[in-house]
Amino acid sequence: MSTPLRIVIAKPGLDGHDRGAKVVARALRDAGHEVIYTGLRRTPEQIVRIVLDEDAGFLGLSSLSGAHAHLFPRTCELLVEAGLGNVVVFGGGIIPAPDHHELYSAGVRAIFGPGTTSSEISGFLEQANHRLGQDELVGCGGDSDWHWTGE
Amino acid sequence: MNISPAETLAAAVRGERLALARSLTLYENGELGVEEISALAQPASEFPVIGITGAPGVGKSCLIDHIVQAWSSSGHHVAVIAVDPTSPITGGALLGDRLRMSTADSADNVYFRSIATRRHGGSVPTVVKGMLAILRAAGWNRCIVETVGAGQGEIRVAAVAERIVLLEAPGRGDGVQAEKAGLVELADLIVVNKADLDGAEKTADEIRQALEVATIPTPAIILTSAITGEGIDEMLDSIESLEFNPRTASARTRECLRAMWDEKLLAHPDFDDLLVEVVAGNLSVEAALDKLTEIDEG
Repeated sequence: MSTPLRIVIAKPGLDGHDRGAKVVARALRDAGHEVIYTGLRRTPEQIVRIVLDEDAGFLGLSSLSGAHAHLFPRTCELLVEAGLGNVVVFGGGIIPAPDHHELYSAGVRAIFGPGTTSSEISGFLEQANHRLGQDELVGCGGDSDWHWTGE
Repeated sequence: MNISPAETLAAAVRGERLALARSLTLYENGELGVEEISALAQPASEFPVIGITGAPGVGKSCLIDHIVQAWSSSGHHVAVIAVDPTSPITGGALLGDRLRMSTADSADNVYFRSIATRRHGGSVPTVVKGMLAILRAAGWNRCIVETVGAGQGEIRVAAVAERIVLLEAPGRGDGVQAEKAGLVELADLIVVNKADLDGAEKTADEIRQALEVATIPTPAIILTSAITGEGIDEMLDSIESLEFNPRTASARTRECLRAMWDEKLLAHPDFDDLLVEVVAGNLSVEAALDKLTEIDEG
């Protein structure tokens, strides 16, 4: 059996909608990964601490409150400051298309909205992990300009 | 960029948090060996590792949050390893212990790590033992292990923790449950949590009566409520002075040997192949076991 990926699923900011985060956490569990769920209303600082202590390679941020444009880039910035620029960050929730570009520039590698299938998220993780294996810097602080576009 | 496992471990012992997190992973994944861990200098007098165990939902995580708060605010370096089960089907796991612990994500003198049981049986994988050695060598002087929800016959925690706190809660069966043998006999302290609910006092009484007939010294029973805070101070005082119970020494050692044996069996290079053969019906379980336990004469 190969070593499972360690993935943190986090809910940043004042947002109580956790159904999506829980469904994703469950789907990734069923895909054979080790998923650490943070619970609600974590600050970017707390999320970075969790990723650090848990030695997670992936971080999924879920937001349905509209504060993603601040919280996602802030989390990426703090990850890089903490020496965790190699962590692959992806996002989900209600994130309008015009906001996507800015999030990608901040280091977020995929954005999954309502209707995303769990196999798509698995596909993204596989692809990102494969690129990491090829020494491509797809972490939130990496210089790769790749982001998930579906295939 | 490429730092060797040994260098990472050395940096962890020097106090680098990122290196500590990495070292625990390296050890869990078998990239750091037992030899490297046992070579680490361990602090001379060490507070015993406290194992917190009990059935699912009795309040292990919530009570640990209280312990972590108390210890960290009095200046200790507190580490928690919380175990959740790995799916035997997919190999995945949902690790959700830290979401109930508000202190785990902020204080610098608290280190919280969630781990999955992976292939190992029991409520605690033995890999935790080496992880604790790393944490101690890195200066984390108070360590807690939270097991998978467990009860009765599940005593693997005895192979890893030096003191065992068994959690109970009201409404989990009649008095005969308390009479049954198993985990309860290895406990150094019994905590009946959810004292704010009806029946907690009765549950404590039933355990007390069951233990009363024993001719040997029995653990204290304390009622707590993680919600109201009732009994928490008493529990903390009691944990502070838990003595080693020599009566449990051979049971603990036996569990340690069993755990290591399990580990050896699972680490056998042919294990997965033999498993496939047995599932396909080409081999009996007995024949597979014979192959796994064959001693290599070469």
